[in-house]
Formats: sequence, structure tokens, C-alpha cells
Amino acid sequence: MSVNNLSTRLPDFEAQFRTPPSPGAPVTLRGLKKSFGGKTVLRGLELHVPAGQFVAVVGRSGCGKSTLLRLVAGLEKPDAGRIALGEDLDASGARVMFQEPRLLPWQTILANVETGLGPQRREPDARARAVDALAAVGLADRAGEWPAVLSGGQKQRVALARALVSRPRLLALDEPLGALDALTRIEMQGLLERVWREQRFTAILVTHDVSEAVALADRVLLVEDGVLALDIAIDLPRPRRRGSVDLAMLEERILHRLLLTEARAPEYVI
Amino acid sequence: MTQVLSQVLETPTAAQRFSLRRLAAAGGEGATAWLLPLLLLGLWQAASATGFLSTNAMPSPWQVLEAGWRLTLSGDLPRNIGVSFLRAFAGLVIGGGIGFALGLANGLSSLSHRLTDSSLQMVRNVPHLSLIPLVIVWFGIDESAKLFLVALGVFFPIYLNTMHGVKTVDPQLVEMARSYGASRREIFWRVILPGALPSIFVGLRYALGIMWLTLIVAETIAAQSGLGYMAMQGREFLELDVVVLAILIYALLGKLADLFTLALERRFLKWHTAFAVAK
Repeated sequence: MSVNNLSTRLPDFEAQFRTPPSPGAPVTLRGLKKSFGGKTVLRGLELHVPAGQFVAVVGRSGCGKSTLLRLVAGLEKPDAGRIALGEDLDASGARVMFQEPRLLPWQTILANVETGLGPQRREPDARARAVDALAAVGLADRAGEWPAVLSGGQKQRVALARALVSRPRLLALDEPLGALDALTRIEMQGLLERVWREQRFTAILVTHDVSEAVALADRVLLVEDGVLALDIAIDLPRPRRRGSVDLAMLEERILHRLLLTEARAPEYVI
Repeated sequence: MTQVLSQVLETPTAAQRFSLRRLAAAGGEGATAWLLPLLLLGLWQAASATGFLSTNAMPSPWQVLEAGWRLTLSGDLPRNIGVSFLRAFAGLVIGGGIGFALGLANGLSSLSHRLTDSSLQMVRNVPHLSLIPLVIVWFGIDESAKLFLVALGVFFPIYLNTMHGVKTVDPQLVEMARSYGASRREIFWRVILPGALPSIFVGLRYALGIMWLTLIVAETIAAQSGLGYMAMQGREFLELDVVVLAILIYALLGKLADLFTLALERRFLKWHTAFAVAK
């Protein structure tokens, strides 16, 4: 009897192990410092991003938010401090989506997506994975064409497919929608949110658009004078309704703080 | 002659534009490109036939054609074209190969650039045809003299344009490839070389022009065979039809060289909007 009971209970017991762990990587920054030619950009920045969180980083231009992202993605080396991306991960497991699409014009759209696989490009299923990634951004039918024939928004979608094809645990986004027109931008935000919800990677989005930050992120950080000045959790249910009062209030709060900085420390001193 | 050469060297964009326009014409209706040459030929024949052009000063197209036929039958023309072509090609491969290799090295490595570039730029400013007297002393009127001059002539356009192409590859693409885990070898083959290719082809186009120019001059002054030698022989025996024939063949060979680079560009730059063949 007891044995029977045990065997019927066993599947339930196993069920909790069957749910896969979050594929995202946690990011921890300790005392991060970086300066360029005497100008200090980051002065001892501290940050912990739990696995799978979507973080937006806002700030005035030149505040160091892009530098922060480039350090996390391994594009620059910090002068001091530590960057930890989970236990078994270095910066090569992170993927970056740049402000420009940065597609190779001499490779077909599909081959550009394959570039995102890095060293796994030679594995037999590489092509199939690239086709899947391209389909996920709705451009499967353009696989054999040259990037030059695509519009700006389509190029950025190819860049997103390229960033995601290797199933990264951390995606660093450096104002990837900054150069797009308003409508394309909204579409891309929706696409970004969808793939993030499906794949659950950790996302760090640098943007100067506060409304984009509050619409997409779980948490908005404001970088000011090389440190974190504001850390706001956005606890609104998804998908978020554009133009809702809650979003507007959060946006106003962050904008107010940003403008306050301007009054206090002007960028130009005459 | 050196004046012409320096003019050719100093106007890179003009030649680029020229090639694009030619490409557009060839892509649309290939026949239109031949209208003007044919018209000129007709006018020339008419001027000779009416006696407006004295055949003592300028043979008629028909006489030139006859000379061509005569020399083809005797085997002189094919032999001389063959000899000239081999010289030109060998010089291009040697000089262009060295220029390409050094251009890559100096574009990729700042150490190599510091070591060699300023010396090469110094040599570049010496008109290579001014070396002819020296080359005759060194090599006599042997094959090696012609090879040396052609190789020297084609070296610089290929060297400069290869280096320029490598140096101006978009650093953002290189950064992207590196951050996406590409090895140095992959970055070279997938990013730097394809990115430098348009510029390398501009260099090749120049090199082909300089190649013929150098060869003809060298053959005119110091040779026992080849097209330049054939033209010189024509002058000495007052066979103006042979001289004009040689000149027309230069024009055709130049056109062939141009078609050759065009085919290469179409093959390797089909991603480039400027070279995309209209569907």
C-alpha cells in the first residue's frame, strides 16, 4: 500500500524538477570604474540584476549608460571593479544589439543571422536554427536577399534574429530602436517583449526614451555622474497598455528627476 | 608621357565614375556603347575616300584592316599580341601580387605600416618610366626589363587601394564580429577582405591601364617583339597602316581589360548596390 502510494506520488515529486531553470544569467557589478582619457565615466557603480529580468537604463547623453552596457557585454574592459555573469558564463555568452544594425552587406540575410551563432556556425543544425530565428522576426521569406534591400526596421529585425539565434542568456541592447520611426519603433518594442517573454533571457536595454523604458522593463535605472541615481521597479502587468495612467505617472517621475539634473548641473558652462 | 601618367594617378574618382557610367550603359543596351566608335569609323572612312584625309598622313580604316589581315596571315600579329599579353599578365601578377600582399600587411598591422609605408610613398613619387635608361643598363632589352617596369607600374595602385580598403572597413562591423565570437581568421575572411574588395577593384582597374601604358612604352624603346615593337617597325618602314593598327589594338586590349574587371566586379560585388545587375 505504502509502495503504491509512493509510486503515485513520484511523478508529482519529479514535476518540480521538470520546469527548466530560468535560462537568463544574473548580472552582478561591483565597484565598476571606467574613464576615458582622464574623463571619469563610471565611478564605482554597484548593480545586481536577477536572472531573466528586463532592465532599462536611462540617463542624459554622456552619463555613462552606454559605457555600462559595453562593459557588461565585454566590449570594453573596466579600470576597476568586477563583472559577474552567472557562474558558467563569460562575456562571450552575451549578445549585443547595437544602435546600428551592423549587418554584413556582402552576406545574405540568412548568412548574417548565422553570424550570430559564433563558433557554433559550423554545427550541422546551424542553418535550420538561423531559419527559425529569421522566422521568429517575420522575415523568413527574405532569407536569400542582400541586406541593402531592407528598410531600417527590417534590418534591425534581422539584427535581433542574429542576436537571439544562439539563445543567449544575456542580451545587451544599446538603443537599438533609436533610429527607427515612431510606428516601427512601437512594433519592434512589441516584438522585443514577445521574444523576451518566450525565451526569458536577461535583458539590459539602454535607451534615452523614458516611455520605452517604462513600457518594456521590469525595472528602470537612472545613471547619473557615473553612479545609479534611481532604481524603480515597474510592477505593471504585461502586456502593458500604451498610454495608461500608471505608465504615464512612472514616466513623469523619471523625467522629472532627469530634468532636475539638468537644472542642477548644466552640460555647458560658459 | 609622364604627365599623362600622373594625371591618371591623381584622379581616382573620375575613373570610378567613368566605370559606373560605362556599367550602366552596358547593363541597359550594350549596343549603344558601340554607336559612337562606329560613327567615328564611318566618318574616318568617308574622309579618306573623298581625299579630305591624305593617306600619306593617315591610312583609311580599310587600309588598316588590310594591314591587319596581312599581318595575321604572316603570323606577325598574333605572335606579337601573344608576346605583349604574356608580358603584361606576368608583370601584373608579380607587381600586383606584391602590392596586394603589402597593402594587406600595412592595412592590418601598424608595425608593418610604420616600417615600410613612408619608404614606399617616397618611391611612388618617382615616375617609373624615368627608370627606363637605368633598367636598360641593368637588364638590357631582355624580358626581365619589361617585367620589371610593368610590375613596378602596377604595384602602387594595387598597394595603395588595398591598404586604403582594409583601413576603411567599418570598425563597427569588426567590433560586431568580435563580440559575436568570430576568430581573427574569420574576421579577416568574412569582414575585412569583402569590405576592402570594392577599393581593391578600383586599384586593379588603374593597374590595368598603367600596365598597358608601361608595356607599350617599354616595347617601343627596348624590345625585339611585341605590339610596341611592331608599331616602331611600322614607323621605320613608313607603314603607317601598321602603326594605326597597333594603336587600335591597344584600344581593344584596354577595352578587354575593362570588361575583365567588370566581370570580376559583377561576380564579387553583387551585394553592392552600385554593381547590382538590374533584374
